[in-house]
Amino acid sequence: MIHPIPPGTRDVLPAEMRELRRLQGALGAAFERFGYGEVATPTIEYHEVLGRGDARGAPAAYRFFDEHGELLAMRPDMTIPIARLVSSRFGNAEPPFRFCYFATAYRGVRPQRGQMREFMQAGVELIGPDAPQGTAEIVEVLVAALDAAGLSRAVIGLGDADLYRQLLSDVGVGGEMRDEMLDRLAAHDLVAIEETVGRLEGVSDADRETLLRLPTLRGGPEVLERARRLGGAAVGRATSRLQATYEAVSARGVADRVQLDLGLLRDLGYYTGAILEVYDPALGHIIGGGGRYDELVGRFGRELPAAGFALYLERVHIAQAEEERLASEEEIR
Amino acid sequence: MSGVAGLTRARVGGPLKLAVPRGALFDDTVRTLDEIGVDVAALHADSRSLVFETPDLALVTMRPSDVPTYVEAGAADLGITGKDVLMEQHDRVVYEFLDLGYGVCQMVLAGRRGDERLGESERRLGTMRIATKYPRVAQGYFERTGRQAEVIEVKGSVELAPLVGLADGIVDLVDTGRTLAENDLEVREEIARCTARLVGNRIAHKLRGAEVDELAERLRQATSR
Repeated sequence: MIHPIPPGTRDVLPAEMRELRRLQGALGAAFERFGYGEVATPTIEYHEVLGRGDARGAPAAYRFFDEHGELLAMRPDMTIPIARLVSSRFGNAEPPFRFCYFATAYRGVRPQRGQMREFMQAGVELIGPDAPQGTAEIVEVLVAALDAAGLSRAVIGLGDADLYRQLLSDVGVGGEMRDEMLDRLAAHDLVAIEETVGRLEGVSDADRETLLRLPTLRGGPEVLERARRLGGAAVGRATSRLQATYEAVSARGVADRVQLDLGLLRDLGYYTGAILEVYDPALGHIIGGGGRYDELVGRFGRELPAAGFALYLERVHIAQAEEERLASEEEIR
Repeated sequence: MSGVAGLTRARVGGPLKLAVPRGALFDDTVRTLDEIGVDVAALHADSRSLVFETPDLALVTMRPSDVPTYVEAGAADLGITGKDVLMEQHDRVVYEFLDLGYGVCQMVLAGRRGDERLGESERRLGTMRIATKYPRVAQGYFERTGRQAEVIEVKGSVELAPLVGLADGIVDLVDTGRTLAENDLEVREEIARCTARLVGNRIAHKLRGAEVDELAERLRQATSR
């Protein structure tokens, strides 16, 4: 008899589970080495509590009532539960706090796309240290985790979440046009960006040029200079923040794994300042992401700057298998 | 697809892989590639192969509507396809780099010539029946313009639907308008102007940025002449 399970969920059998456990062990050892202690939080939380963490209100796709009529939700990530945990359980303790986790998270999927409703995340949260040192620390931990997983070719894209919000406000673009620009920047639709920029009113030619060129700048530290030459106060502030982060990352000896990216935007509402994404050449999708969320913990009652990242464990596993296969092919040759 | 599906392994190293659309965009695409110095002789000579290796680029030919699928998964680093395809599959995560300018078509709402069925259905029945190969484009258009429509997806000749009474009108891509005229149909509303676009995989854009930008720039120069 075949009994179906919901699309976007899956069973894990022993052969795969052995490999996943080994991968978790390697990542966990890397997190532990930097002093990150593992925590677990409930899979279900009060919807109101999760909603507090996301400015846009309804972060969770799966919601239901319990036997008392309370609205519960499946957690969409671990960052919001850990922000809650810090505020409720460490209200008086002295920061910094270093936590890591291996946990399932739940998101809505578009049908027929092979997306997962339930997926495993491995990540860390560093609560207390400010930018740029806090950001540089999580980049260093991330590099150690990628190396532990055997993904020595993986690259970390580093950008700034506030860049376009501030830039658009500086050049006087607001309301619907601002939202439209942010949507198009997030989709990295350069044709539509050009079309929208063409329709902006009261924007100088130099600012138009900045809006068109900036999203395409990515690479080593030289892109900061190129961005600065485009000019503008918002670009100046964002490149200074990125420069400071890049220098702090360099001081930790891991700058060669970082690609600065002025076109980076992430779709979660709580990021402030540095944002990051993780790519491996063996896979066509991002394998992880993160950044700073200096206002999130404060929404739960304790004002503390914070940063973190999450790796999609199943994707890291696929990339790991692929890297191993490529390495063995090299050996044969 | 099983497991963590949709995660095709990207090709590592070697020349960039470009998805080339068969069909209406094929000839202009090959001509454009020829202009930027890609060796396209094999594409002309062999109509049955699907993969062509050139020193610059690996070319993979496919249906235009499959291009976003391959590019999103990273099975192709870059691809060329029509804006109509991208509009219909707008939730695919592909980066759109360049309007190539050729393959100009209109996405239109069309009805039978001299026939008021479209308006009459809307007035008397509160909805229009629209046949289309682009159900999401059509649905989105009627929602945006505040009208109700029952969108019927068909795979083959859309022009047939209003002739035999399956639908009051059609939403379709029109090139010269000849097929419409031959079937006694006329354009009622223009929805969008569609051209060929260069799209790319997100990871290729990040990890092979210099090569991707360089190819996009060559194509920009060739098509803006």
